Amino acid sequence: MTDLTDLTVADIRDGFRAGDFSAREVAEAFNANVAGAKALNAFIVETPEKALEAADAADKAKAAGEPLKPLSGVPIGMKDLFCTEGVQTTAASHMLEGFTPTYESTVSKKLWDAGAGMLGKLNLDQFAMGSSNETSYFGNVISPWRRGDGDTAALAPGGSSGGSSSAIAARLCPAATGTDTGGSIRQPAAFTGISGIKPTYGRCSRWGIVAFASSLDQAGPMARTVRDNAILLETMAGFDPKDSTSLDLAVPQWEAGLSSNLKGKTVGIPKEYRPDGLNAEISAMWDRGIDWLKDAGAEVVEVSLPHTRYALPTYYIIAPAEASSNLARYDGVRYGQRDLPDGAGLQDMYAATRALGFGPEVKRRIMIGTYVLSAGFYDAYYTQAQKVRALIARDFEQAFEKCDLLLTPTAPSASFALGEKQADPLAMYLNDVFTVPASLAGLPAMAVPGGLDGQGLPLGLQIIGRALDEQTVLNAGLAIEERAGFTARPGKWW
Amino acid sequence: MSEYRIQGATGEWEVVIGLEVHAQVTSQAKLFSGAATAFGAEPNTQVSLVDAAMPGMLPVPNRECIRQAVRTGMAINANVNKWSRFDRKNYFYADLPQGYQISQLYHPLVGEGEIEINLDEKNPDAETKRIGVERIHVEQDAGKLMHDQHPTRSYVDLNRSGVALMEIVSKPDMRSPAEAGAYLSKLRTILRYVGSCDGNMDQGSMRADVNVSVRKPGHEFGTRTETKNVNSVRFVMAVVEYEASRQVDVLEAGGKIVQETRLYDPDKNETRSMRSKEDAHDYRYFPDPDLLPLELDDAFLEECRQSLPELPDVKRHRYEEQLGLSAYNAATLTADADTARWFEALLAEAARIQKKSEGEVAKASANWLLSELYGALNRLGKSLEDSPVGPEEGAELLALVADGTISGTIAKQVFEIMLETGDRAPKIVDEKGLKQTSDTGAIEAAVAKVLADNGDKVEQYKSGKEALFGFFVGQTMKAMQGKANPQVVNDLVRKALA
Amino acid sequence: MSIDLQTVKKIASLSRISVTDAEAEAMVPELNNILGWVEQLGEVDVTGVEPMTAVIPNHQRLREDAVTDGNVRDRVLANAPQAEHGFFAVPKVIE
Repeated sequence: MTDLTDLTVADIRDGFRAGDFSAREVAEAFNANVAGAKALNAFIVETPEKALEAADAADKAKAAGEPLKPLSGVPIGMKDLFCTEGVQTTAASHMLEGFTPTYESTVSKKLWDAGAGMLGKLNLDQFAMGSSNETSYFGNVISPWRRGDGDTAALAPGGSSGGSSSAIAARLCPAATGTDTGGSIRQPAAFTGISGIKPTYGRCSRWGIVAFASSLDQAGPMARTVRDNAILLETMAGFDPKDSTSLDLAVPQWEAGLSSNLKGKTVGIPKEYRPDGLNAEISAMWDRGIDWLKDAGAEVVEVSLPHTRYALPTYYIIAPAEASSNLARYDGVRYGQRDLPDGAGLQDMYAATRALGFGPEVKRRIMIGTYVLSAGFYDAYYTQAQKVRALIARDFEQAFEKCDLLLTPTAPSASFALGEKQADPLAMYLNDVFTVPASLAGLPAMAVPGGLDGQGLPLGLQIIGRALDEQTVLNAGLAIEERAGFTARPGKWW
Repeated sequence: MSEYRIQGATGEWEVVIGLEVHAQVTSQAKLFSGAATAFGAEPNTQVSLVDAAMPGMLPVPNRECIRQAVRTGMAINANVNKWSRFDRKNYFYADLPQGYQISQLYHPLVGEGEIEINLDEKNPDAETKRIGVERIHVEQDAGKLMHDQHPTRSYVDLNRSGVALMEIVSKPDMRSPAEAGAYLSKLRTILRYVGSCDGNMDQGSMRADVNVSVRKPGHEFGTRTETKNVNSVRFVMAVVEYEASRQVDVLEAGGKIVQETRLYDPDKNETRSMRSKEDAHDYRYFPDPDLLPLELDDAFLEECRQSLPELPDVKRHRYEEQLGLSAYNAATLTADADTARWFEALLAEAARIQKKSEGEVAKASANWLLSELYGALNRLGKSLEDSPVGPEEGAELLALVADGTISGTIAKQVFEIMLETGDRAPKIVDEKGLKQTSDTGAIEAAVAKVLADNGDKVEQYKSGKEALFGFFVGQTMKAMQGKANPQVVNDLVRKALA
Repeated sequence: MSIDLQTVKKIASLSRISVTDAEAEAMVPELNNILGWVEQLGEVDVTGVEPMTAVIPNHQRLREDAVTDGNVRDRVLANAPQAEHGFFAVPKVIE
């Protein structure tokens, strides 16, 4: 019998329906893998009982001949940024340690309602701020991947959805939720050789997801295949009247619409994404990607996104500004940590609590955000950034007059060793150079693995689509997946 | 308008006043959550997870709150902005769960409008003045802190957190305590007419931040102070008076006015600096990324306009011009929306019963309401709202007088009985036999007796003392126990004396 | 624009994050580095460009005015560090 934990979401769903195995067997297999992978530190809270509970419900329904749900029998991991009723939700911050929501986020509720079971709450960068999963209060997440030359250096699983990427690559769960503010689904997916899609801003409800930067945050799935991403996104997406920025649109049948035939589609190659000094292996991978899409029937044209180089600075004004305000609610009054030094007044309590509760990167971003919004600087920083953001969005609109999708690398490098970039925040920020522009424009974008680099580490390709055109993005992802034949997996060392 | 001047040692000073009024929008639910807004609930029971700013909670605006603010704007002839948006005002305080208040700084819902005030509403010749309104925007109220329940702790109640407020910002157009008072009263009247705020100042539904500065007439504006949360018309006037003279004293002593926030103490009738709140505010306003720009379509605006009631100024003019009421009565009846509503119900019913036009019954209705009914309510310590006699009952009474069934004198008696028993006028008149008589035989007999008993006065009348006519009529009425038709009595007395 | 120690302390205070002098000093070059980098945005010609308001064209929906929430005091207070008599409790505030 095959190892159930090697199966995809589609395999599990279909195999369970066909009676090849029970949901409980699947849940138990993944629970065992989770329990045996403490070294990866991918989970903050493990919930094997939740996974079993959902599995038993699925088995019972099946035995009773009741109609099965879209994700019956499928256990998944939940990024610990989604509030889960009765299960501690921390955003990987000491600030929220011990916080047990009395409510369930819209996206997680949709998944449970669709029959999925929860394996646990996945580690992440604190408040989703980071690109290497080194800012979690609950410790670094370790990538299951290692460099090929016998090197045992712990590598970054990417961030902020590093628990999700690590767990999927290590077969601790077949799929997981992620959130993406500037690349937090795509970059970790690329680092670990899996796929992930950030849908159009507004497709997935933000209600119940701990907010980082409201105008950028978007939930999405992460899994090993494009099909699995389509399956999960269909469940996660949908209009939510509780989120003012939610799009009131029907959810397309993305899985049914999957097709790797790209005849009639034009792929744009943005020239600004190939700066001097781009890593040669990344560049070569990108070229292979172009060939694969041509092979799938697509036309390829060069396009220009002239404001690309301003995307990161724009992002590092807007995201911290929004975060500085979104994180003001963590004040030690209604939930979370409280630090009340002897004789402290209210404002002292705030300052002490926030100094204790937030990690250094979170503090740094709050401080930057506070500064760029402060009197006298607002227009020069924030207003200017929102204008440049409009220009970046316009760049994409103009490019999409000439093409239907864009192909770019996902990240400027493969995974790096933990600690390598920690000393220099700017170097870390530069990791998101290819993912941030689509976030600023709210566009759907997906990472799919393309192959391994010379050190045996995965490299990803990114597909960016028109707003609301997730289907074309998924289809191009499928075309690459079929041609890349990426089957590499990390050897088990943990 | 009379000029208000403060006499200082260095000459005359003029006071400049602007008001920022916070008015709670009348709505069932809060501005951005579905929790209730009712006054006086148990602590933290009218709080949703959104109001408590739990992680991941998001705001969705309440249509009614937007609608009421738009209607208010229309009522003061203001520009309603079809495109507006919400901004976050960031600061830390225990009554502010989000760490920011959702408000509107850069693009308010309502732009410039104006309010006409009249220092003496009862005097038709008194001068009027237009006070500019800078803007009206919509924002969240904060929660409440209780300081007196525990020796070392303050308690936080979030029931008010997120309740919708309109902030109505005037221009610095007022120049005296009386003008400030008249502006606030008039604004309250308009809000109550529109139905966008109940105007209950003692429950905090309306409160004013009073901006006061002084200057030598004709000079530039001086530095202003802002006295927060003043909750009555009288207090607003007191704040202006106190602040103006305090500022003149400071300036004349060679001091400077500090731009600061002050607090009014009604017990001592003084303002004092709130230094504790002065800690370098930098609110870092920016557009709330959880909300989209608010775009109002024509249908929405049209409904707002169509649903506006007749407003106090228009109503007052109509009462004078079409109903023929005195300026005083028209002003009194329209000063409050409830009074006008009561009066119009009375008027409609009186006209219906008597089969006359409203104009024909208006004066009698107004007089009865303002003298008889108000007199009685005053005596009973009641208001129109809990009046034991409703507009329909009042109209029945007025009809009995109008058709000659009872005299005005009897009507007063009947009204007293109505108040005591709750019975209706026709029943009382019937049961007590108060119907006035036009039986000429009985009246003629009474007249004859009066004349016979007062031969001397008849002589005096006949020799030219015509004023005695009233005496004969009065005596006859008395003999008839008030129930004789006054017109018939008049006629018969005249005839008998001819 | 370059920020100094005083500014860092002021930002920390506005952010309600207490910092030691050493922490504040360490933040000066760090924040200057980041701010210096984002300042390159100043060179972009934004003449006639409106700041972005909605990422994806969408209109603000309005809720009907109905009481649909509240009466969940237990859930509201469940995670409070200190709750007494149905209130959140904080150190005494002197107004």
